Amino acid sequence: MSSLEILRFAVRALLANRLRSLLTMLGIIIGITAVIILTALGNGASQYISNQITGLGASSVTVAARAPSGTAGAAAGASSRPLTSADATALADPQGAPDVAYVAPVVQSSATVTSGANSETDTVIGSTPEYFPSSNSTVASGRAYTQAEVDDGRPVAVLGSTVASDVFGAGVDPVGRTVLINDSPFQVVGVLQSKGQGGGFSNADSNVLAPISTVQSTLTGYGNLNQIDVGARSSAVQTAAESEIYSILDRRHNITDPNDRDYQLISSAQIAQVLNSTLSTLSLLLAGIAGISLLVGGIGITNIMLVSVTERTREIGIRKALGAPPSAILAQFLIESVILSALAGLIGVGIGIALTWIPLPGGFRAIIVPTAVVIAVVVSIGIGVFFGGYPARRASRLRPIEALRRE
Amino acid sequence: MVPAAVLPAAAVVPAAAPGDDEHPAMTRTIPRRPDEADVPVLDVRAMSKVYGEGDTAVHALREVNLVVRRGEYVAVVGQSGSGKSTLLNILGCLDAPTSGRYLLDGLDVADLDEQQQSVLRNRQIGFIFQSFNLIPRTTAFANVELPMVYAGVSRRDRRQRTEAALDLVGLAGRSDHRPNQLSGGQQQRVAVARALVTSPALLLADEPTGNLDTESTADVLNLFDGLHSTGRTIVLITHDDEVAERADRVVVVSDGRLSERNGVRS
Ligand SMILES: Nc1ncnc2c1ncn2[C@@H]1O[C@H](COP(=O)(O)OP(=O)(O)OP(=O)(O)O)[C@@H](O)[C@H]1O
Ligand SMILES: [Mg+2]
Repeated sequence: MSSLEILRFAVRALLANRLRSLLTMLGIIIGITAVIILTALGNGASQYISNQITGLGASSVTVAARAPSGTAGAAAGASSRPLTSADATALADPQGAPDVAYVAPVVQSSATVTSGANSETDTVIGSTPEYFPSSNSTVASGRAYTQAEVDDGRPVAVLGSTVASDVFGAGVDPVGRTVLINDSPFQVVGVLQSKGQGGGFSNADSNVLAPISTVQSTLTGYGNLNQIDVGARSSAVQTAAESEIYSILDRRHNITDPNDRDYQLISSAQIAQVLNSTLSTLSLLLAGIAGISLLVGGIGITNIMLVSVTERTREIGIRKALGAPPSAILAQFLIESVILSALAGLIGVGIGIALTWIPLPGGFRAIIVPTAVVIAVVVSIGIGVFFGGYPARRASRLRPIEALRRE
Repeated sequence: MVPAAVLPAAAVVPAAAPGDDEHPAMTRTIPRRPDEADVPVLDVRAMSKVYGEGDTAVHALREVNLVVRRGEYVAVVGQSGSGKSTLLNILGCLDAPTSGRYLLDGLDVADLDEQQQSVLRNRQIGFIFQSFNLIPRTTAFANVELPMVYAGVSRRDRRQRTEAALDLVGLAGRSDHRPNQLSGGQQQRVAVARALVTSPALLLADEPTGNLDTESTADVLNLFDGLHSTGRTIVLITHDDEVAERADRVVVVSDGRLSERNGVRS
């Protein structure tokens, strides 16, 4: 008998048992779809987060105030002191902190930014020119403000890309024009390059950067600093720079217990490390869930295949009694499982890929992992073909009468 | 139903004189038997069949001997549970004896491998089961056509012969029906059509008329008579004496032993 006849038998049998065929396919479809989606989600999240990390400045340390933890701090609340300009000046001392390259004190305030009829509320960040490399901000057009402008307290501003397009309109170059920040006129000297979705945790594109002296005089007053960005001379001396910062600030803030500081150092390396470890946990979790889905799908396929072959042992007996050689029976059942598994595999991949196109909240996308797709397809189809083929092979070797007697 | 007298078996199945190698594959896969004329079609020697082991062992056949010559029409009778189906299953190469020898056309079936046995079942033997054994969810047409597919008969020939066989058992109008849409008697007739469609040299029938009314029984028996008259060998199990009367010989099975009943027909 020809292979075409066997193919016809297989197709006829699949159509004669539509429900069973569907159920078999369902196991494979679910397994493959789940693996594709879960691995794509993990992959998307990991790419999103690594983009975020590159958006942070490299080899810089941020000093920020923090409420001291523990009983000592709570009891003596007065001992908690904010960061001041004097702290910043002390950190810039080349004697006490030889490994510190620059110190950028930072104040920030939210303010209304207006030009003509357009107006919006943005975050205005006052600092020194070192803030630009420290926050990984690049000027797209115009220039950054200078140290001279900081010293003189000039009303100049560098706009984030979103601020520029919101306030001046898209496509308009605002450099040289005047913008009102809480009614004070500032001259726009530059516009920042967009950082897009990967641009840090607050949206850097809607910030306005200006000299700290100007921001203090017009917006925040000469009070405390929000943070101090400190740059190490090189990433090799970053740790040394950090311990210098600790010793200077501990002395200035009267800290005796290192576990009870009223400030903290946050380095981008530290953030990256925390995020990466969170991320690998997340990826592992998703991979685990994907693996379980594949297992469950596989067990489903195994079950239905075993049941269907067992259920059809009688049929195998009849076919044998009528003179079907074992090879023809095996071929028929193999072709049946190959057709089912391959069709289901295709559908599963299709659904999986289609679902990854669904936009997700938070701006990250599911990104398909090709190896996971291949593994899912190979495993599901392999299980389908094996558990369809193997019992059929056993049944095809029974004596006809034994096959006929099976329930 | 068309009376068999009008339609001799040869009309259903144009090819193949009994014993002829209709299909070239036969000559390739099964060794040529010795001297044809004298060799009995069925030659059973000291054959036993035991089901199970130990205390629960059932001796279904005890050292039976049976020789059936080419063209003989043998009826097998006996009480329920005496071992008739067991015997027929072994004769049809569907089961293997526990001990003893079984020669089919002079060849020891035990010497044939799985592939050769399947060719034998396909080309030489037509088997009608006590319980029909039609493939479920598959039309009467496809069921009857099945052995010819495994024999490699062309589609056109298959269609023609399947229609002729269904027509012969009076089911021409039912070819698209599935087994669950057919009555017991109709299913039995589909099974008969399926056994006849390859025009086998040896027809083994396990109570082929058990589910049929008098008229249908007569029709099927007439069919068998027609086949017998064209030289085919028939072994038929029955509970019905009228059916047994049509045979050349009657073999009685009782508790796993065979004996010959004489004087049934000259
Ligand atoms: N698979 C089996 N396992 C164990 N015992 C079996 C098996 N098949 C048949 N037997 C036993 O073998 C004996 C002969 O059975 P068999 O089917 O040959 O009887 P039978 O003559 O065809 O009966 P009936 O007229 O009722 O069809 C019975 O006692 C039966 O119980
Ligand atoms: Mg029986």
